[in-house]
Amino acid sequence: MPGPIQSLERAAAILRLLAGGERRLGLSDVASSLGLAKGTAHGILRTLQQEGFVEQEPVSGKYQLGAELLRLGNSYLDVHELRARALVWTDDLARSSGEAAYLGVLHQDGVLIVHHVFRPDDSRQALEVGAMHPLHSTALGKVLSAFDPVAHNEVAEHERAALTARTVTGAAELEAVLDLTRARGWAADLEETWEGVASVAAPVYDRRRMPVGAVGITGAVERVCDESGIQARLVAAVRDCARAVSRDLGAARF
Amino acid sequence: MTDTTATGSSHSHGTGPFIAAIDQGTTSSRCIVFDRDGRIVAVDQKEHEQIFPKPGWVEHDAAEIWTNVQEVVEGAIRKAAQDIEGFTAADVKAIGITNQRETTLLWDKNTGEPVHNALVWQDTRTDALCRELGRNVGQDRFRRETGLPLASYFAGPKIRWLLDNVEGLRERAERGEILFGTMDSWVIWNLTGGVNGGRHVTDVTNASRTLLMNLRTLDWDAKILESIGVPAAVLPEIRSSAEVYGATVGGVLDGVPVASALGDQQAALFGQTCFAEGEAKSTYGTGTFMLMNTGETPVNSYNGLITTVGYRIGDDAPVYALEGSIAVTGSLVQWMRDQMGLISTAAEIETLASSVEDNGGAYFVPAFSGLFAPYWRDDARGVIAGLTRYVTKAHIARAVLEATAWQTREIADAMTKDSGVELAALKVDGGMTSNNLLMQTLADFLDAPVVRPMVAETTCLGAAYAAGLAVGFWPDTEALRANWRRAAEWTPRMDAAQRDREYKSWLKAVQATMGWLDESTAKEH
Repeated sequence: MPGPIQSLERAAAILRLLAGGERRLGLSDVASSLGLAKGTAHGILRTLQQEGFVEQEPVSGKYQLGAELLRLGNSYLDVHELRARALVWTDDLARSSGEAAYLGVLHQDGVLIVHHVFRPDDSRQALEVGAMHPLHSTALGKVLSAFDPVAHNEVAEHERAALTARTVTGAAELEAVLDLTRARGWAADLEETWEGVASVAAPVYDRRRMPVGAVGITGAVERVCDESGIQARLVAAVRDCARAVSRDLGAARF
Repeated sequence: MTDTTATGSSHSHGTGPFIAAIDQGTTSSRCIVFDRDGRIVAVDQKEHEQIFPKPGWVEHDAAEIWTNVQEVVEGAIRKAAQDIEGFTAADVKAIGITNQRETTLLWDKNTGEPVHNALVWQDTRTDALCRELGRNVGQDRFRRETGLPLASYFAGPKIRWLLDNVEGLRERAERGEILFGTMDSWVIWNLTGGVNGGRHVTDVTNASRTLLMNLRTLDWDAKILESIGVPAAVLPEIRSSAEVYGATVGGVLDGVPVASALGDQQAALFGQTCFAEGEAKSTYGTGTFMLMNTGETPVNSYNGLITTVGYRIGDDAPVYALEGSIAVTGSLVQWMRDQMGLISTAAEIETLASSVEDNGGAYFVPAFSGLFAPYWRDDARGVIAGLTRYVTKAHIARAVLEATAWQTREIADAMTKDSGVELAALKVDGGMTSNNLLMQTLADFLDAPVVRPMVAETTCLGAAYAAGLAVGFWPDTEALRANWRRAAEWTPRMDAAQRDREYKSWLKAVQATMGWLDESTAKEH
């Protein structure tokens, strides 16, 4: 176990200093309060500034705490907020794809369905909000596992049941699937969770480009797929929707 | 959600033709372009200033509103042209109008200049005038003819106030130089040419909110005009909600027929395709408006509801509706966020409420400015009842959501009592429909399915539908029904005995709000 890292200790001391008492301090105030050389203090402040933890007032040149710290404190995105932001876009997705749309987030070792839009035909359907889906076999689950390291740990550590003959259960095979998902930006489930059912999903990002959920459609394999797999137009519709929700959450255009 | 909606997507919106709807609302004006499937193709929106000259007074600058309407129409058409290959303004076959109801404007027929800011529906300056007009009868003096109580929302007394308070206006009005309109009339008159032959019309739904129209004849009531003191010369012609009033003159949509007008809540009823007797919709925003289609005869309310015209398509028989409003629904969640600081976003109310199984015995009656339908008690004030040491903020959050559901139940009960029709299902729209727990609670308390349609913009859609019917874009209401798509449905899961028990507790809590204001407190809050 190595000892504490001096520059991190100093950075923490600077943040505490800026958080207490007078909130705006010049470089020499910071340096003298902490007994640092001006050059050392300046180097640390500049690094903190690059990370957004500290901001410099343009006119006076004084330093204050940055917005990124506030964001860290409120980093948890409420799933109900996510649903409210996704509502219009997932309605649109269901209409344009003709399939049921779902929004899922990681919960324990599975995908929690936080929003569900019915397939736009007049058939009876039951609302699946609150249901849990498996991480390793569903399109939503694969997207979360590929992009969210916490989900990746869960899927790696838990037993992966063979839900159908097509379910990918081996560790190496699953990693290959997740690599492909990361490379192309979306995941598919071709009868790997339910016989006769296919789905496609893409990641939703927040303003810090953190993956906060996955959005996708699910339907009968005959409708969703053609000879080459998931129909390209459905992949495009799902990715458009994921981008639109991400944009609404403040993620930069991508 | 403003102008980001439905742009830049690769969705197959098909090709034209299209219908444009203008929603002249309380805080903003919007234009939405819809395709034949009722899908949104383009949106533009612009807010306008809220003017508060005195406590309780709310005004809008009608010239600003007209400018904004022109801008959002141009904006929506421009966006549609960007997103849809080959789109031209000529692909728009009709324009529909929906609007904030009751907001009252008088303008000069010859110059087109408003003579005063518009008096917004929320404006309470006519409170005393309404009491005076009630004379010995009270607020129900014109209810039999108009379906409305004498309340400051409605347009008639606002016209009277303007005539009494703007120098020389009454004389000019009697000489026929002044025109009155709610915002539908103002927009249509300007769209169809303004001082150069603009059509001075309104539709039955807007006219039914003036306190001046007889619900049975669908014409201005001469006796009421005389009682309130409004000269007939200022009034627009009352037309149906779906017919061609005239063609647009100038602007990007030059020559396109203006073919519908509906008050915003009636437009939502239409957009939700509540075309059969007993079908109802409820819009959950800051407050909530619930309307039930009662068919071709107006139903008098003895349970504190309003009787109004739902819509009228061309020469068809008019369709009437019962309306109940809840003053505080979404605004109670905002209150929990802004005044109590118990949540940081409105959506978090669901997170907090979901952390407990039930309300812990607590009931929240948000009678912040008295009780509205079906009680109409202005001496009531808000109450949280049933508090014990056990109750946490999560229970209160749950009680907050339940308050919206119970208030809806009370209105549904009043509608059933007045109309004799049981609510088969409730169609919902508005921002609060994203709250899953609330929607489930609503289904549980109503003991009826709650259904959310796939297009959230039911108000604009209703105006587009009516305009499309008028020009033959859609053949009939059946075609519109076929467009309606269920996005979600919540079915009741609550045990009947438990529902009855909790409803009783709610009603006890409601009783506890009444009579809070008396002589000693009435002046203060």
